[in-house]
Formats: sequence, structure tokens, C-alpha cells
Amino acid sequence: MSEPTVQVRLLDLAHTRSGDKGDMANCGVIALRAEWYPVLVRELTAERVRAHYGALIAGPVERFELPNLSALNFLLHGALDGGGTLSLKTDAQGKVVSTAMLRMVLTVPAQEAVQLQLPVLTQKE
Amino acid sequence: MTKTVRVASGQGFWGDSLEAPRQQVDGGPIDYLMLDYLAEVTMSILQKQKERDPAMGYARDFIGAIESVLPGVVDRGVKVIANAGGVNPVACGKALVAAIAKAGHAGKVKIGVVTGDDLLPRIDELLGSGHELKHMETGAPLSTVRERVLSANAYIGSTPIVQALQQGAQIVVTGRSTDTALTMAPLRHEFGWGADSWNQLASGIVAGHILECGAQSSGGNCLHDWWTIPDLANIGYPIAECESDGSFVITKHPNTGGRVSVPSVSEQLVYEMGDPQSYITPDVVADFTSIRVEQDGPNRVRVFGITGGPATPFLKVSIAYRAGYKAVGSLVYSWPDAMEKAEAANRILRERLDRLGLRFDQILSEFVGANATHGHLAGDGREAPEVQFRIGVRGEDRASVERFTREIAPLVLNGPPSVTGFAGGRPKVEEVIAYWPALIDKRVVTTQVEVVS
Repeated sequence: MSEPTVQVRLLDLAHTRSGDKGDMANCGVIALRAEWYPVLVRELTAERVRAHYGALIAGPVERFELPNLSALNFLLHGALDGGGTLSLKTDAQGKVVSTAMLRMVLTVPAQEAVQLQLPVLTQKE
Repeated sequence: MTKTVRVASGQGFWGDSLEAPRQQVDGGPIDYLMLDYLAEVTMSILQKQKERDPAMGYARDFIGAIESVLPGVVDRGVKVIANAGGVNPVACGKALVAAIAKAGHAGKVKIGVVTGDDLLPRIDELLGSGHELKHMETGAPLSTVRERVLSANAYIGSTPIVQALQQGAQIVVTGRSTDTALTMAPLRHEFGWGADSWNQLASGIVAGHILECGAQSSGGNCLHDWWTIPDLANIGYPIAECESDGSFVITKHPNTGGRVSVPSVSEQLVYEMGDPQSYITPDVVADFTSIRVEQDGPNRVRVFGITGGPATPFLKVSIAYRAGYKAVGSLVYSWPDAMEKAEAANRILRERLDRLGLRFDQILSEFVGANATHGHLAGDGREAPEVQFRIGVRGEDRASVERFTREIAPLVLNGPPSVTGFAGGRPKVEEVIAYWPALIDKRVVTTQVEVVS
């Protein structure tokens, strides 16, 4: 597997909105272009999202697909330090869990990036 | 010509714009104005107000909202549907009657009041007859916090609101109706959708979901190209133009700011979503993976193709209970070494709390400006020109939380340097009213409708 790859910021591929459901945050990730959605489906797995948030959340991550909206919906369990009024967090309602998601950087085949005109990250992180 | 029903959103939560209801009624033709006042914590706040004064317990902003739209209601027949009744819809109805009379329209406006969602008076009867009201996330039975319960309300669907409209109500006030029912009810009333017209009912829910957060679907809080969204100062709240087949167009009044686009509507569609294939409501289970959205001209998004299926045998119950006390305080540290100073303050403060023998269920320290919202993903904050050290505690013992609030100010003179931002004084101790979601057999909950004028 020595196929050349490039890095793409999720920030340049998608927009997001998040909110709370008890101690869980949900985060919808919507592809900026419909043709980029399959890249998100392939790269933005529940496991990778779980690893991305690390210690920011206490529980597992579930993923749901909405191809009709070119969107993925993630449920981040134990993301809100108890949730609602119990939480002491600034972001007790998970409103900006969405922008934390956009800090992800995806590695994709260079050829695909050209084909799909993905906005490739040129240098640094 | 087929009938189009225009439902306008004028309030996304209690505390939303005071101007929006009037702007929706005066800004162009609408048939219904829906106003959503209730969030999970709102019911418990209202319950506390009702305990202090039995004539309270509803969203008082609503009375002002009605006063501001009364000409539209009286002269143009705009109908208003709101869950502003909180834990006291009857008192809310009475206050409305009085406000309408005071405005010189006594007897001219029929008001429908929906009750039956309040389960608090029945809670022991329910627990006694085997309804455990288990916490939906933890599975714990309600009996574990029974003596601390403040309010308990079933999320009721659109049926009683439809009944009120059928009886000629021009303003309908409910308690804990679901947010989506406020939009669904007028559509069922106008189009006569059957109780098993699942696809149409699901469409009504989706329209309701798009409208229930006010301007959050018309360009507010919209991340997509946010810097290009025009004139947010004059943002237009969303309007659904609905057809009998369930399809609808989301738009806003002309000459308003904001933007209705596929991205703005899509962001709202995924907001607070769980499993998109089963968006559960008292009326129908909607499938959000069936929704089609397309741009239908400037500031117009057509939404169609929605499917749904039978509702579950349960209603969700929103229970609020007393869960101790909390307080949050903060100090601001400046360059140089802002983050290091803030971290030192955190260590010192925690050591002092320890030495005082104070114990809390939870202590949380955050460094605003460095990593409060994105944690380690945001880096270590070493370069921050200033950092707000924010610390909160929560526990059952009020005196301990009170003592904590006295330990922050001393740091200004006896802790790390370059500290400011304490002008607000000691933090306030707040009682924590926590949320306990549960399910209950639908058959146990009966609603009542009364229409008065």
C-alpha cells in the first residue's frame, strides 16, 4: 500500500451542528459537496471519531448515515460531564462539540483528491 | 387551487427575541404563529415559580407576545399556538383573557387551554401501580429520587391542540406539548390528515423540527459560510408553507436578514438528532433519512418525500428533581505566562479547598481562551495573551458550596500575579434542578381541552 496520500481538513469538507441529549452530545456532519459525502462515510468512522475526542468524552460513539442530506450523525456518549444542569462545563449543552469535530484531518488517496477536487492541506497541520 | 397553510415560527425558547412574534405576524401573510417556550430545564423553573405563587408557572413573556400580535389575531385571523402554559396552562389562559380584555378586545378571541400533561399530582399513584418511571439513560427507578421530584410532565402530542382548533380556538396554550406538535396540529387541523396518515404526519414533524428552534434554520447559528449571511441584525424567522401532501417550503418574510438555504435547513435537521430513522414523537415515528431538500429560489427550500410509521405505545415524561447545589467562579490572568498563572491558581485553590476539608461530587476547572471547549484538541494554551480560569463545584451540601465561593476572591491578592476580572463579586450558589427522562404507557395520560373567551 504505497499509494500516495494527501491530508484534508474536515473543516474544508463539511459543516457541522451539535446539541445535547442528556449526557450525550449529537454532532451532525454535512458534506459541503454531495460528491464528497462518500469520503466522509469511508474516513469518518465511529472509531476514528472516538479516538479524535479522546478524554473529552467518557463513553462510546455511535454513527448514523443520512445520505439524503449528505450527512453523518454522531452520538457522543458521556460528552457533557453529566449533561443539562448537572454539568459544570462552559459547553454544558454541547453546542461547540461540532467545531471540535472539524479539527479532524483526514488522509485520502492523492488521486481521489484530484478527482474530487478536495481542498488539500498543503503544509503543517 | 390547492390550499397552502403558512406556519411561522416566532420563538425558539423562553428568552428568544421579544420582537420576533410581531415581526412574523406583521411582515407578510401567515396563518399560524407557533411559539416554543419550553426546554428541559424550563419546566422546573416554572414549577418553582408556581410554588411561590399559585397564579404563576407559565412563560410570562408570552402575554407580551400576544399583546404585540393581537391586531393580527383579531383583524386578520392569525392563530397562535404556544406551549407557554408551562406547569400552569390554566393560569396562563386566565392571564391571556385579562390581557386581551385590557387591550379592548374582550370576548373577541377564543382561547384553547390544553391540560393533562402534568403528572406530578399523580406521581405516587403511578409509582404505586407499577409505573417505575425509570431513567431512560441510567435505568434507575424514580423511587430513588421520589422525595426530591419538583415536576413531572408527559410530552403530549398534537391531538388535543387539533381538538382546540376544531372548537374554534384562535390561541391555543399548552403545557408540556412536544415542540413539534405546535406545528403539526394546525396542519392536521387544516388538511384533515388521519391519525394513521404516517407520511403526512411525519412531514408535519419535520416541519416542526425545522421551526422549533426559531431562527436557527434561517441563518442564525449557521456555520456554513456564516460570514456571508446577510443582515443578521434584522434576521427573519422561518416560515413553513405547507401543502396537504405533506411537502412544504421553508422561507422567511421579504426584506429580512438571514438566509434560508439547503445548508441552513440541513444544519437544523441534524440538530439534537438521535437515530435519524426513528425520530420518535407521540403522533408518529418519522424517518429523517427520507427527507429531500432542494433550493426553490432565493431563501426558499423545498422539503418533501418524508415517510413515517406508527407511534410507539409510550410517551416521554420530563421529570425535574432537586440535585444539590453548584457555583462557578472565574478570574482572568494576563500575559506573560497567562496559562501558567491560571494553572497555578487552580492548583492553589484546590489545595485550599482540600485543607478546608470541603468535599464535592464534582469539581471542574477550565481555562477559557485556551482549551475550555475543545480540550487537548486546542493545544496547551501556552501562547494565549490572556486566560480565564473558570472553576465550578457541585455537591449536596449547600454550606460547602457557599464556602467555595469565598475562596476565589482571596486569590487576587494572595495568589499568582497579573490577575483581574473579579468585578462581578462572589459567585452565586445555585440549586441544581436535574432532568430525569422516563417513558410511560400512553393510555395512562389523558388530556383535556377547554375553550374560553
